Amino acid sequence: MSEGVGQEFAFDEDLLELRRMVREFCQEVSPEDVVRTTMETESGWDPVLWKRLGSELGVLGLAVPESLGGDGVGLVASAIVLEELGAALVCGPVVGTLALALPALSVLPDHETAGELMADAVVGERVLTLVAPLAGGTFDADALSVSATSSGSAGAGWTLHGVADHVPDGAIADTLLVVARTSDGAALFLVDAAAMGLTATPLTTMDLTRRQARLELDDVPARLLADELATPGICEHAAQVGAVLLAAAQVGGAQAMLDRTVEHARTRLQFGQAIGAFQAVKHKCADMLMAVEQARSLAYHGAWALQDGTDDPALAAALARAVVSETYFRVSATAMQLHGGSGFTWELPIHLHLKRAVSDGIALGSSEDAVERVARLVLDA
Amino acid sequence: MTTDSSTLDATAVASLARQVVEAHPPGQVPLVELMGAWYDAGLAWVHFPVGRGGLDAPRALQPVANRVMRDAGGPEPRTVNTIGYGIVAGTIVRHVPPVTANRLLRPLATGEELWCQLFSEPGAGSDLAGLATRAVRDGEGWRVNGQKVWTSLAHKSAWAVLLARTDPDVPKHQGLTYFIVEMTTPGIEVRPLRQITGRASFNEVFLDEVYVPDTQRLGDVGAGWFVANSTLGDERTSLGDRVAARSSGTIADALELWTARPERHTPVLRDRLARLWLRAESQRLTADRARVSAVRGNPGPESAIIKLVGSELAQSVYEFCLDLLGPEAALVDTYSPDAPDDVSGPTALQRKFLRSRATTLEGGTSEIMRNVIGERVLKLPQEIRNDKGKPWKEIPR
Repeated sequence: MSEGVGQEFAFDEDLLELRRMVREFCQEVSPEDVVRTTMETESGWDPVLWKRLGSELGVLGLAVPESLGGDGVGLVASAIVLEELGAALVCGPVVGTLALALPALSVLPDHETAGELMADAVVGERVLTLVAPLAGGTFDADALSVSATSSGSAGAGWTLHGVADHVPDGAIADTLLVVARTSDGAALFLVDAAAMGLTATPLTTMDLTRRQARLELDDVPARLLADELATPGICEHAAQVGAVLLAAAQVGGAQAMLDRTVEHARTRLQFGQAIGAFQAVKHKCADMLMAVEQARSLAYHGAWALQDGTDDPALAAALARAVVSETYFRVSATAMQLHGGSGFTWELPIHLHLKRAVSDGIALGSSEDAVERVARLVLDA
Repeated sequence: MTTDSSTLDATAVASLARQVVEAHPPGQVPLVELMGAWYDAGLAWVHFPVGRGGLDAPRALQPVANRVMRDAGGPEPRTVNTIGYGIVAGTIVRHVPPVTANRLLRPLATGEELWCQLFSEPGAGSDLAGLATRAVRDGEGWRVNGQKVWTSLAHKSAWAVLLARTDPDVPKHQGLTYFIVEMTTPGIEVRPLRQITGRASFNEVFLDEVYVPDTQRLGDVGAGWFVANSTLGDERTSLGDRVAARSSGTIADALELWTARPERHTPVLRDRLARLWLRAESQRLTADRARVSAVRGNPGPESAIIKLVGSELAQSVYEFCLDLLGPEAALVDTYSPDAPDDVSGPTALQRKFLRSRATTLEGGTSEIMRNVIGERVLKLPQEIRNDKGKPWKEIPR
């Protein structure tokens, strides 16, 4: 590393090529009409498309360590993939599998099981999700709503009981990683989606491209994955990586909205000129650009920080979360405003991003939750 | 990686810089000696030609040299001669023959000859190209008449760069010519201009029958606008040369005050400060990203937004400070025109608040900056302008 060149933000040719590749793939395989068709289906995703992302493109396991069967390229590469998927509004288990379950398994002490589960997941053959109390953006043991009971001899078997709401991709997951309360704290369990006693009820979501389910667990057999000592750290790691990956996806969506709006402002004629010539419109576009560029800096700072340890991971993740969610929502809302009445129609894709901005802005805690975390880390310390 | 810069890489530049600061330790030798050696070693502007303060090295290596200087306790070079380093040097190196350029650049680099900029006028601020100061042919030179304003350092400067109208019969951008002028020339009168801080860090400059030899014209007659614009980009990108530390810059004042006044903490103020810190951090990381893009030869849109975001942030920070100060915010200990440049003293924050009101005006108002971002970065169409294509003399003013 030479002086004068920052450790962060050095997007090399491989990363640029990765971006081009994923972008082209999304344009070809998941253009807007495919997104619309897919989001109106009952399950809300297309397993074939997901498998192509996993096996043909091979971009689902970029952040998974090589020792666990992944590509070990790193979180920055993964963030680039998420950004492009976000820009194209690709349907599929992005939150459940990519943002939460894979990061959790990447730090599972039981490497063998983690490797087995991820081997299928990174080629798109297995959908995973993490069922954990992360609604505020950090692991909150007090919010656990599932409890675990050890049955029979020590370590032989466990059953889970309780209800978990708003589980991302909960109805399409093949395998669930469930955090449950034990007599000694919180532990992580493996649950097969087909297990007896498990009911997954799909919820009707505002954002049809990001699905959720309500899980009812009635003495569901489960296998212990991580004990009470390891589980909080695993969940915290998943929340941090998830925050950064989600931020990257939000940046992609925000950039798509900015691009579309600028194009509209260049071509839409009123009063005999392109509306982008009016400062009332032009200045809003400039503000959108500034917001998107700053959001991008925070998202990728987060990715580099978590990948290379250049910053406190808790702070880097909270930073990204605190700003980027707000940016995506505001940029989408401004896009709608600047498109005029047409922006409010079902036909234009702006509502798809506005709704995505809402759903991604709630998953893993609100901006306010993240601002509070930042305040604690920076001002109260 | 590119190979054209292989002979002079970061290591070589850093090594050169270290030789200079070791032979002329900052703080122990006069500043002029240090900066003279800095210039002679080609470190003032590494991308300039050898013999004119440069090394023919990639511009991106300048921060490497500056960091060595900083680490040795030396100044940020541009603070030695702000306008000289910021816009003048680049213009001189492009438009002045090498020998004369060297004669001008060395004292510029050392701070022995300060430079000021005679561009803005009372009637030409945001619309700079509409300026009215006239330069009329007079033998081997020009006679200049007019009034300039917002000229910082005019009273201390040896030299000025000047934009004047040489042809009122063509559209405004085409009738300007660029000159350099010695500030001691008869007919130049400098009057301090007092600001809301009470200080007079700017001046009005009156030009009455000022004679400028034609040898001090830079670029062709009528090409002044393009000569001036060729260095505006230098000014903007130079903003991205430094990596700031987290919680440094204007936000540091707010954080320091927060720590000093626990009795005034409220949840609402804490929320505001947290959000200000987030803005500062967004700005800092974006500046860092812009710097890395520039180093890698792909300057992106990040650099265009840094000035605008930073200036609005500065205002918000000092507004916050006043609110945190409470009743004390009503006090200002001095409105003396001679109050020192580095704002200190018991009411430093109040005075910084006042000074911060200029950040969204100077160097392009926020409104103009948004136009620049909209039109040059996003490629949105220009708004309809009433002066487009008209001879300058027919434009209402």
